[in-house]
Amino acid sequence: MNKENPRQAWMSLLAKAPTQSLEDKMTAVGPEPEFKWLRHPEVGGVMVQGRAGSTGGRFNIGEMTVTRCALQLASGEVGHAVVQGRSKSKAQHAALVDALMQTPRANSLKAQVLDPLMTEMAASRDARAAKAAATKVDFFTMVRGED
Amino acid sequence: MYVAVKGGERAIDNAHAWLAEERRGDTSIAELSIEQIREQLSLAVNRVMAEGSLYDPDLAALAIKQSRGDLIEAIFLIRAYRTTLPRFGSSEPVKTEEMACDRRISATFKDAPGGQVLGPTFDYTHRLLDFKLAAESDPQADAETAKPRREPTPHIMEFLNTEGLIQTEIACEDTPPDLTREPMELPSNRALRLQSLARGDEGFVLGMAYSTQRGYARNHAFVGELRIGAVPVEMEIAELGFAIEIGEMTLTECETVNQFQGSKTEPPQFTRGYGLVFGQSERKAISVALVDRALRWKELGESDSGAAAQDEEFVLSHCDNIQATGFLEHIKLPHYVDFQSELELVRKLRREAAETYPMQEAAE
Repeated sequence: MNKENPRQAWMSLLAKAPTQSLEDKMTAVGPEPEFKWLRHPEVGGVMVQGRAGSTGGRFNIGEMTVTRCALQLASGEVGHAVVQGRSKSKAQHAALVDALMQTPRANSLKAQVLDPLMTEMAASRDARAAKAAATKVDFFTMVRGED
Repeated sequence: MYVAVKGGERAIDNAHAWLAEERRGDTSIAELSIEQIREQLSLAVNRVMAEGSLYDPDLAALAIKQSRGDLIEAIFLIRAYRTTLPRFGSSEPVKTEEMACDRRISATFKDAPGGQVLGPTFDYTHRLLDFKLAAESDPQADAETAKPRREPTPHIMEFLNTEGLIQTEIACEDTPPDLTREPMELPSNRALRLQSLARGDEGFVLGMAYSTQRGYARNHAFVGELRIGAVPVEMEIAELGFAIEIGEMTLTECETVNQFQGSKTEPPQFTRGYGLVFGQSERKAISVALVDRALRWKELGESDSGAAAQDEEFVLSHCDNIQATGFLEHIKLPHYVDFQSELELVRKLRREAAETYPMQEAAE
């Protein structure tokens, strides 16, 4: 996702991040900062839309599970998260990163959490794409009798 | 007369306890984990997500475990769970042209830009049982790799579109109807049909699609493009005033190209059928596309050949396996009072018949 707003980019990355990987990185970052809940983690559904014929009118395909929450650091910054799945701890971690990215700790959070997550996720996407590429058909034309 | 019947609690409890035991099977054999089901029975998981209408592989795997592999029962569990979730909103329409394709094939264009990518398919296998899989240790075969494609793969249909040979899908931003919120109304529209078919029973939709191929509302479908892969899901976050990606999901999309002679309202051109389904579910996506095309007869000014696949009341009212199984299976539950009245009726009719035709009965 190429968004002008860097916050959109990191929130998107966190929403899609593997739960365990995000948790591991947050553990490595150190003790959790002090915060209070503005909205406790809540599991819900989002209706996913598609377009008829991929470019036409909108229609509903079905729902997906998401977890959302909002929190405020003792220093005042507000962190939001809407993440895929039903993990409340993942939502909490994502909201914490979102809040901390608005503090002077942003650079270290980026280096310790966001950049490695991005590298891992790009690597796993590439690994799939590489297997797909190996199944690409190379056609060759047979010489036909009448030629 | 209505007679309330109580009882059976102990029998029901015991039946459920035995069900749990049977579900577990032989305890000397290792128990299945949710992760094993999710990873190793992923196509069953995909079907449960598609027809359960909820994208969550772990929940679908749990439902499969709980239902002992009865997929309709698993879909029922997912549908029931789904109703307990608060709805946070609707996503932006997924951009399938940005899909990271695992598979992408076309039956109409050999040299499509982006190529024919087979992906992890059963096609071209010999459908012979592989006894190596029955061996204790399943040897892990590593897939071959090649230079990964990072750029998006364009939709093949767009190339026909430049010549104006295919009917255009005009973008429309109207909020689509949602049959999980409002009861389905007929006549419906394409948005409602695509939602209904996406969650419809694979077997039913397959049967309907097959009927169009066999000549009932024949519409000569080619698979213009079939693609399977991951797409991001984007949603506007009201509190923040911008959209973010809230996740990523695997979808299967099928676009068919259908022969069309033209009608009173439309010139001769190719027309389209469309199917978009959760997970890797290509049989289902192709089926949806064929049925979608058959149901578009009215808007394309085609004649009604009276085929079942053209009858949206017939297709949409019967494609939901949870509605169907609910009504079908309820007839096994106690109907003692209903039946009592039927019994009374038949006895009365027999009495009357015996009084009207006493000689005949005597003769027999």
